[in-house]
Amino acid sequence: MSLGAYVVRRLLHLVPIALGVTILAFFLIHLVPGDPARTILGNQATDQRVALLRHQWGLDRPLPVQYEKFMGRTVRGDLGTSLFYGVSAGRLVLQRLPVTLWLIGFGALLSVLIAVPLAALAATHRDGIPDHVVRAVPLVGLGFPAFWLGIVLLFVFGLHLGRAFPVGGYGNGFAGHLHSMFLPALTVAFGIAPILVRSLRASLLEVLESDYIVTARSKGLPERRVLARHALRNAVISTVSVLGVNIGYLVGGTLVIEQVYALPGIGQLMINSINQRDFPVVQGVTLVFSVMVVLVYLLTDVAHALLDPRVRFE
Amino acid sequence: MAVAAEVVAEAQLVEHRRGFWQRWYRTPSFVGGVSILGLIVLAAAAAPLITQHDPAQQDLLHSLGGPSSSHWLGTDDLGRDVWSRLVYGARTDLRVAFLAVLFPFSIGTLIGLLAGYYGRWIDTVTNWLVNVVVAFPFYVLIIALVFVLGPGTRSIYIAITLVGWVSYARIIRGEVLVAKRRDYVLAAKAGGLSDARILFRHLLPNVITQAIVFAMSDIVLDILAIVTLGYLGLGVQPPTPDWGRMIADGQTFLTTHWELSTIPGVAIVITALGLSLLADGLADLLRPE
Repeated sequence: MSLGAYVVRRLLHLVPIALGVTILAFFLIHLVPGDPARTILGNQATDQRVALLRHQWGLDRPLPVQYEKFMGRTVRGDLGTSLFYGVSAGRLVLQRLPVTLWLIGFGALLSVLIAVPLAALAATHRDGIPDHVVRAVPLVGLGFPAFWLGIVLLFVFGLHLGRAFPVGGYGNGFAGHLHSMFLPALTVAFGIAPILVRSLRASLLEVLESDYIVTARSKGLPERRVLARHALRNAVISTVSVLGVNIGYLVGGTLVIEQVYALPGIGQLMINSINQRDFPVVQGVTLVFSVMVVLVYLLTDVAHALLDPRVRFE
Repeated sequence: MAVAAEVVAEAQLVEHRRGFWQRWYRTPSFVGGVSILGLIVLAAAAAPLITQHDPAQQDLLHSLGGPSSSHWLGTDDLGRDVWSRLVYGARTDLRVAFLAVLFPFSIGTLIGLLAGYYGRWIDTVTNWLVNVVVAFPFYVLIIALVFVLGPGTRSIYIAITLVGWVSYARIIRGEVLVAKRRDYVLAAKAGGLSDARILFRHLLPNVITQAIVFAMSDIVLDILAIVTLGYLGLGVQPPTPDWGRMIADGQTFLTTHWELSTIPGVAIVITALGLSLLADGLADLLRPE
C-alpha cells in the first residue's frame, strides 16, 4: 500500500470516531439533571430568561433536530456563544490555543529527553542497579498527582533556589515562552515519562537481542555507536507510538497544570468556564481537546508508517 | 464431555490458586504493596481511634499552628487538625476510589465478554464506542461530565464508569478472542452447554485475571482523578475531608506553611505506590507459568 492510500484509509477510519465524538459532546448538555437552561442560569434567573435560553439553544426542539443544528454549526467552526463573555466560544478557544499547544509540545519533548537516557541506561545494565532504579520510576512516578507535582516544583524552583523560574504566566517572545513554560512543561513531562520509560526499556531490550545488533557488534562497532545509531533509532519508533497512544493522558494533564501555573490556555479557559457555568465554552473546549487527540492519533499513525514501512502492509 | 471440560477448567483454576498461596510471600512487590496499603486501610478504618479531633471542627484561635501533642501535624488555616483530616481523608478517598472502580470493572467485563464471544455487530458497536471514548482526554471528559452532572461523589461514580469501562472491555474482549478457540470452550460448546454457562462458568474465570490486575492500577488513576476533582472544587464536597481539597486549601499558604499542601500529597503518592506494587505483584503471581 502506498503512503497516500494508507493515509486515506486512516482518515476514513476516523470518520465514525469523529461522528461519535460530536454526538458525545452534543449529549453533554442532556446529562445536566433537570432543566439544563434552569440549572445553568441558576435559581435567580427569571422564567423568561430561562425560556429564552432554552429557545436559543433549541432545547425545545426534538433531539435529532437539535443534533442536526449542532453539527451544522460545529462543522462551520461555530462553537456557540459564551454566556459569560458574550463573544463566540470559538474565538475564545483560538486566542488561548497557542499556550496549550506550546505546553503539550514542550512537555512531550521534555518527556522524551527524560525517558530516552533513562531507558538506555536501564536496558544496557539489565538487572543491574541502574535497571532496578529505572524500573522503580513508573511505579512511583505514576502515583504523582500532576497538580501537586506542579505545586512542589513551583515551591522549589519558583519560590526558592534563586527563584530561577517565574511562578506563572506565559512570557513574551520565544525565549520568554521557553523560560516561563519550563516548569509547567516539566510537570507535564513527569506525568508521561514513566509510561515512556517502561515501554522504551522493553523495546530496547528486545532490539538489543535482535540479529542486526549482533551483526553490528560482531563487525566490531563500538557499543556506544551500536546503541545510538542502531538500537535507539528503532526503539524510538515504538516510543513515538506509545507517546501517541497516551497523548490523551498528556493533553488531559495540561488542563490541571495550566490551572496551577496560571497559564492562559484552553485548560484554564475550561476550568474558569466551569466556575462561571458557561456551558457553551465548556462544551467547545471538550470538543477541541478531543479533536486534538484524534489528529495526534492520525499524525502518529502516519509518522509510524513513514518510519517503519511494515505497518502499511499489516 | 462437557463435565470433563468443566473438571479440567476447575483443576487449572485450583492449581492457579495453590501456586498463589505458595508463592505470594516470595514476591517482594506483592508483600510491599499489601503492607503499605494494609497500613493505610487500617488507619482509615480505625480513624476515630487514632485521632483526637473532629476533622471538620474549626478552631480559629489556633489556626496555622505547628505540631503539638494535641495536634500531631499542626492545624490548617481554619484551625482544623491536619492529622485528623489526613486520616479521615484517606477514608473518603479510598472508599470512593474502590467503589468507583467496581462499576467500570463489572460493566466493562460484561461488555468485553459479549463483544469477544458473539463478535459481529456487538463487537463493531463496542469497538466504535471504545474508540470514541478514548478520543477524549481522560481528565477533560471526567471534568466535563462531573461539571454537567453537578459536583459530588455520585457524579464521580457516574463519570468514572462512563469513561473507565472501555479499558476493561478492551482487555476482556482480547482475552476472550483467544480463549474461545481453546479446547475447553470448544468442548463445552460441543457438549451443548448454554452460552450463559460457557460465558460465566468457563470463560470468565479464565479471562478475568488481566482485568483484576488492571483494576489495581486503575484505582491509582481513579484516586488521582478524585483528588484532582477535589483540588478543582468539583469533587468530594466540604465538610467531608479529601486530600485534593486539603492541597488546594494549603496552596494559599505555600510561602509560609508549605507542609499543608505537602503532607496530603505525600499521602497520595504513598497510597498510589502501595497500589502499584500490589498490581505488579499480582501480575507476577497470576501470570500462568
